[in-house]
Amino acid sequence: MSKVQYYLKSFLLWELLLGLKLTGKYFFKTKITVQYPEEKTPQSNRFRGLHALRRYPNGEERCIACKLCEAVCPALAITIDAEPRDDGSRRTTRYDIDLFKCIYCGFCEEACPVDAIVETRVFEYTFESRDESVMTKEKLLAHGDVHEKQIAADRAQDAKFR
Amino acid sequence: MIELLLSIWNLVPEALQTLLIIILKIVVIAVPIMLSVAYITLAERKVIGFIQVRIGPNRVGPRGLLQPIADGLKLMMKEVIIPTNANRFLFVIAPLLALAPALACWAVIPFADGWVLADIDAGLLYVLALSSLGVYGLIIAGWASNSKYAFLGSIRSAAQMVSYEIAMGFALVGVLMAAGSMNLSAIIESQSGSFLHWFWLPLFPLFLVYFIAGLAETNRAPFDVAEGESEIVAGFHVEYSGMAFALFFLAEYANMILISILTAIMFMGGWLSPFQGIPLLEDLFAFVPGIVWILAKTSFLLFLFLWFRATFPRYRYDQVMRLGWKVFIPITIVWILVIGVGVMAELGPWFD
Repeated sequence: MSKVQYYLKSFLLWELLLGLKLTGKYFFKTKITVQYPEEKTPQSNRFRGLHALRRYPNGEERCIACKLCEAVCPALAITIDAEPRDDGSRRTTRYDIDLFKCIYCGFCEEACPVDAIVETRVFEYTFESRDESVMTKEKLLAHGDVHEKQIAADRAQDAKFR
Repeated sequence: MIELLLSIWNLVPEALQTLLIIILKIVVIAVPIMLSVAYITLAERKVIGFIQVRIGPNRVGPRGLLQPIADGLKLMMKEVIIPTNANRFLFVIAPLLALAPALACWAVIPFADGWVLADIDAGLLYVLALSSLGVYGLIIAGWASNSKYAFLGSIRSAAQMVSYEIAMGFALVGVLMAAGSMNLSAIIESQSGSFLHWFWLPLFPLFLVYFIAGLAETNRAPFDVAEGESEIVAGFHVEYSGMAFALFFLAEYANMILISILTAIMFMGGWLSPFQGIPLLEDLFAFVPGIVWILAKTSFLLFLFLWFRATFPRYRYDQVMRLGWKVFIPITIVWILVIGVGVMAELGPWFD
């Protein structure tokens, strides 16, 4: 009996019709495509995008050149030189992040004792030449100045989990 | 103005006149085919996208309608690379050999009552002969490329074509027994009555076998072992680029349309209205010209091609062979006997 059933099924293309029914159903389903430049998926406040250096509200840069980020960086993407400033405080003279090396792990942000280096939500950036790939101290600070509001809001939201 | 043109036309010698008219007819058939080939590529991407819960190409032009044009332009701009140690002559001529038979078949296709370029009585034989010529393009392409993947692909496609050609031929034999003619227009005429008079009903197994063998013949999924992206890269056309590659693509899609329209002609009543013989609907749809029905039936079958591609995984190579030799050929032979009995008994409503 089961053999008859088997032959009947295979000659009536039963399994194939079941498959066609399934794909036919999906043909009419609502499409889930996100049309990127016009539509965007929601972002987490922990999103790890392009880096920035933050300042205190009085305009003083936060970074104290402790080099913890440089030490923790698994990709060796961060290079820091430091010297005492004229007023005696210790500051960086050079803070470079090589974005070609960086793996956006966020360890630098976690290591930072003064919340100076952060990763922002910005992920849409391009380079047109190789040397643009290095984020210098000036670029990092300028980037931080532009996005400070968003950065502060994201950190405030995340504070109770740290 | 028209009189002037007519007088110029009358000056043209008669032999040239017929030639010009034939060329005009060819253009009228070939250009829409090429256009529909272009847009089937878009339809394919859209349909497969929809089935995969995506929306498919929609960036080039309104709703992606210019996508095939962009693809075509891209391919035309690209360089045709001829591999070292390839047989240059065969390498270049292979895509033409694939495309030419696919287009030549259209000469005998009737689009509506009397709308046919060459109304020859051996239409079915002509179609069978030319559609089996197409495989030479693939074989030569694979051999001339001097690449092992291309060669494997062409061996596979040769074996597959040979196997399915037989089943397909037998299916056609069934049709011509039922219709009593090899003229495609006569085949359609013999199906008139109602949609129950169409040959899909008495020849149902042959209908399925013909369509599935058609899938195999055009190297479409799930029988695309000749191409086998995941196994032999792209099979016979790995080494092709630019316009030469585009020609293979055109040939594949032109063959798809051809198989669809042939199935529509032989099993689904061609240009006949599906409402024929139904009292009220027949009058209601009497104004629809025959070409609309045949194109609608063809489009439906083409949609099946795309639907199958989105649904079924590729057949394993030995299973392709098993299906061709051990399933399709016996089925067709048995059913030819059944038809023979039916024709002898003048079984109504089809064979009387």
